[in-house]
Amino acid sequence: MKVPKKMPERLISEEGVRLDGRRPDELRPVKIEVGVLGNADGSAYIEQGKNKVLAAVYGPREVHPRHLALPDRALLRCRYHMAPFSVDERKSPAPSRRETELSMVTRKALEPAVFVEYYPRVSIDLFMEVLQAAGGTRGVSITAASLALADAGIPMRDLVAACAAGKVEGRIVLDLNDREDQEGEADVPLALMPNTNAVTLLQMDGQMTIEEFEQAVNLALQGCKQLHALQREALKSKYVAVKEEVGEE
Amino acid sequence: MTSSVITARVKQKQIAQLITGGKRLDERGLTDFRPIQLETAIIERAEGSARVRLGKTDVMVGVKIGVDTPFSDVPDQGVLTVNAELVPLASPTFEAGPPGEDAVELARVVDRGIRESKAIGLEELCPVPGKKAFAVFVDVYVLNHDGNLIDASALAALAALLTTKVFNYEVKDEEIKIKPGYTQLPLRNQPVAVTLAKIENKLVVDPSLEEEQVMDARLTVAFGKEGKICAMQKGGSGFFTVEEIMEAVKIAQGKAEELRKIVVGG
Repeated sequence: MKVPKKMPERLISEEGVRLDGRRPDELRPVKIEVGVLGNADGSAYIEQGKNKVLAAVYGPREVHPRHLALPDRALLRCRYHMAPFSVDERKSPAPSRRETELSMVTRKALEPAVFVEYYPRVSIDLFMEVLQAAGGTRGVSITAASLALADAGIPMRDLVAACAAGKVEGRIVLDLNDREDQEGEADVPLALMPNTNAVTLLQMDGQMTIEEFEQAVNLALQGCKQLHALQREALKSKYVAVKEEVGEE
Repeated sequence: MTSSVITARVKQKQIAQLITGGKRLDERGLTDFRPIQLETAIIERAEGSARVRLGKTDVMVGVKIGVDTPFSDVPDQGVLTVNAELVPLASPTFEAGPPGEDAVELARVVDRGIRESKAIGLEELCPVPGKKAFAVFVDVYVLNHDGNLIDASALAALAALLTTKVFNYEVKDEEIKIKPGYTQLPLRNQPVAVTLAKIENKLVVDPSLEEEQVMDARLTVAFGKEGKICAMQKGGSGFFTVEEIMEAVKIAQGKAEELRKIVVGG
């Protein structure tokens, strides 16, 4: 349940400082861990601000039901799901229309990165569980999911990094938190494969001019590039940990 | 590439043979739990939360408080709902969709321990009898399945309830008005579940997933604070003799005390 608190009236101060102390072009603090679940073939955990998301990959594995198998490539399946305790009012665990749509758009954001044609007739199943939601969960989920795919050893063209930019009290800001998301004027979530500059997810809601939109896109692209660097770092530190465990020179 | 959940027959035989000699695959004693790690208050959005790692089994529990109508047969009490989700990221055998019988059993066994031990002071959670009550949602979220989900979930549920806070409120015209600030959820008891598996006519505590695949039957016994049994559940297609049941209950009672100390301290 939402408990009323005294809320400041403005989301951004005169000096351009946001409620959580960030500048307009700053991401929330990010923490990423790769290879966090025992059963999954690949997994990743990410915290971005108060968002907490777990992603896991199973596969390539046999497709069930069989008739869904594709003759020329792997079937990539994605499920975006929120834990009942991830939001203020308990959310029913049954998938909502929003979750169904996000499952689809995350799949379409990730599929361009995966060499699905290497694995005909099998499935690669991706599960994203939002443990705590605080604005921008689709981006956070995609960032985590592409790491889980890489952790599963699935050949990819690039990692996919995603984040949003938007318009809040007339300013273009990066990585909206939940209050900015709810009370702001517009929100543009975007996913990017930075090595090829390929945008694989783009949505927008709210109202902005073309100029503002362009500014927001550029800001989101910058955010994705920063996240991409953090993704690579997290993936590397997992391999270093594995190497140390094995004790190889 | 996919992690297999089928235990090879040679391994099954090995598990059974070891247990006959009083040993286990992971070198535990027959009545030892796997190492337990506990974290609490990890989901700030939830009114209470905890995560328990029992070996490689990994369970998160979030508690949410809402406002609901009390049940007509107990119009002066708050409403307790326990739900379990076996989300597909936890195991290659879990599928998305409405809870299957395993998830429902898990939720109901955890529920029974909490409800029957009268752990939550539900009568304090009904500000407008017959009309407005608080609903306590205990959501069990399995993140990695490596056996004995019941004990891990019950422990995480207790730990989460111990951290649960209820928002302050006032009653105006039979409506609940939420005010800033919180108080602790009234907790009267601390139910802890202990599960034993029967393998080769021996009882082993805290079965791993591989042991669960070999076991003939399992028995879960939940204990409240003063060593009173508050819930039981027999599972698996095998059977227990009365002697085995009494032995299991005695082992479980000792183990329950050990587990409770991890959550409650002292």
